[in-house]
Amino acid sequence: MSQQTVSSTEAPGAPRSGRLPKINPVFFVLAALLVAITLSNPNFVEPTGYMNFLKRAAPLAILAAGQIYVIVSGGFDLSVGSLITLTVVGSSMLLNNNADATWWVIPAMYAAGLAVGIVNGLVVSFLRVPSLIATLGMMITLNGAAFMWSSGSPRGYLPETFRFFGRVNIQGIPLIQFIPVALLVLLAFGSCLFWLMHRTNLGRMLHAIGDNPRAAQMSGVPLERVRITAFVVSSLSAVTAGILLGGFAGVSTDVGVGYELQAITACVIGGAQLLGGRGSVPASIAGALTLTAIFTLLNFIGLPKPVRDVVQGVILIVAVVLATYRRNRAGGT
Amino acid sequence: MKRLLTAALSAALIASTAQAQQLNFDDPAEFARQRELLTARANGPDGEPWVQYYGDQMADTAKFKKEGPYTICFSNAGVNNAWRVTGWTNMQAEVKLHPEIKELIHVDAEGSDDKQISDIDDLINGGKCNALIVSPNTTAALTPAVEKACAKLPVIVFDRGVNTKCPVTFIHPVGGYGFGIQAGEFVAANAPTGANVLMLRIVPGVDVLETRASAAKHIFKEKGLNVIGEEFTEGDNAKTKSIVEDYLQRGKIDAVWMDAGATAVAALEAFEDSGLPLPVITGEDQQDFLMKWKAEGFKAIAPTYPTYQWRTPIIAAVKVLKGEPVPGPEWVMPQPSITAETLDEYVNDKMPPLHHAMCGCEKLPDYPAAWGGQ
Repeated sequence: MSQQTVSSTEAPGAPRSGRLPKINPVFFVLAALLVAITLSNPNFVEPTGYMNFLKRAAPLAILAAGQIYVIVSGGFDLSVGSLITLTVVGSSMLLNNNADATWWVIPAMYAAGLAVGIVNGLVVSFLRVPSLIATLGMMITLNGAAFMWSSGSPRGYLPETFRFFGRVNIQGIPLIQFIPVALLVLLAFGSCLFWLMHRTNLGRMLHAIGDNPRAAQMSGVPLERVRITAFVVSSLSAVTAGILLGGFAGVSTDVGVGYELQAITACVIGGAQLLGGRGSVPASIAGALTLTAIFTLLNFIGLPKPVRDVVQGVILIVAVVLATYRRNRAGGT
Repeated sequence: MKRLLTAALSAALIASTAQAQQLNFDDPAEFARQRELLTARANGPDGEPWVQYYGDQMADTAKFKKEGPYTICFSNAGVNNAWRVTGWTNMQAEVKLHPEIKELIHVDAEGSDDKQISDIDDLINGGKCNALIVSPNTTAALTPAVEKACAKLPVIVFDRGVNTKCPVTFIHPVGGYGFGIQAGEFVAANAPTGANVLMLRIVPGVDVLETRASAAKHIFKEKGLNVIGEEFTEGDNAKTKSIVEDYLQRGKIDAVWMDAGATAVAALEAFEDSGLPLPVITGEDQQDFLMKWKAEGFKAIAPTYPTYQWRTPIIAAVKVLKGEPVPGPEWVMPQPSITAETLDEYVNDKMPPLHHAMCGCEKLPDYPAAWGGQ
């Protein structure tokens, strides 16, 4: 079983003997949603339309690309939402309205993210606390820390130098007119994570320990080190998402609320298996775009809020059912 | 049989909530009363709205008279948003002005009805409190707990109300309709006739917010404005900005009406980032919005739900324990708006972005450090 997973990650999308190449259904769902958005609002095909969409989706996409590391290794990371909040609130406190401080505040936030990831990983690996509980504890702790630090009313604005990543569009690009910095961050971060997951030994080991930790350990995979790496990747993605969100929308004390579940949902829409052993970075990013597309579509159609909630729920269930269906056909992994 | 019962029960439930909603949020008499209060003259010293009140009905407190020093207890619904943070800081500072107060015992219900009910129970049974201040989490759920407390000691309720007249007084500003009227009338006066108005709200179903919206809708209807949408932002900046960007892609927005100002700056940035002129907008008294207003000079108003009302319960409690009369059973205080003319009095770049400027706190001890200012 694990052999099959490993081979399929070595060459994703490559035709296997006797079968047509399989394309993850999330891409069809996403395409259908984008067509629907275009039909309900023709302006969406203008650069302002789709670029705004991508800019808005970037934080969640990055978060999902990090979360998939933990999910593939057989865990959950619930602390990412609160880490986003801590990043935004902490940056505003450290910057203290000083635009020149951005150059050291951002590395400081990454250092905090690194620490959070390592602690999560250590608690899960060595203290044998289930990741659901360990990261839930971390989520509560970080929310408390953000509140204590700021007393609920963060002291500073986020200066333009900090907001550059989440807010600014680079103008004057041929064909597409402009490109949001957030999209460039997503492309860079996404390709790094893609390479790490699907082109290196680390990716194979992640899949192996998520699929069958005992077997992986027996065949020499350093269980603890791989798990800790997964949590670190997830935490760093949360800090990145926090920097983009703070840039997009400014300071608020509850920016990160709910993002952990959205990220996990995005991964599941992208076909990840919740108990580990299966998942892909591009599909998780597509899952995040799908989620954002659902929100955007329903905004455009202008349905009343209760109807919107119902439709949103139904689309979500359909997307997940599609993902599961594909998994079952792929041989019960 | 079981299924039938369930169906009947849920039908009854739906009917009762529907009725409750009809009752609460669109009351023409209350709308008219608050509209009048907005221009009425309040009693009490000028420039100190936290001790001002409308009307002249007083509550007799002779029976509560007691020798000091006093222990005052406060059951707080929560310190879970920036408005409540500013308010709670005001209250702590107010206590320092009263040497006759020995101690303020504060219990934070963290936004939970259940916790607040047991908090109030604990405070009564602890036997240390001379007076109890309650800022209820929700109206109906906290009523029995407040009634129970009334039997033991003087109770003062503020911010959200309870469904009982047993407290000595209920302190609150003019109200949600007043807020909606101030914001609605400003939009009507400053946007072109037939203008497109986008209404941005936090969440549905909260009485003080529902009344703001229903009052504004009355005004828009009265003046013939076109409400192009009513959206719920959950107080989330990113969501607000996304919603406004989506509306801007579909058509023109002349004015943005908000039931609370926390996300006003995000709404404005959606216009900026789309390269459009800023709309007529209603915000609130948070510094980030006031700073933006001052810098960009767009047409705006900031109605307030003033945080200085957090000072008043302490003042009232001390009076009650000294046996002096206080306005009651309701202490209705002024609810000013910040306008382009008064903006300069309130904008202050030394205060944090989420600080609520209508705090009446500038002369309190430890200002501005305790409020996070420099």
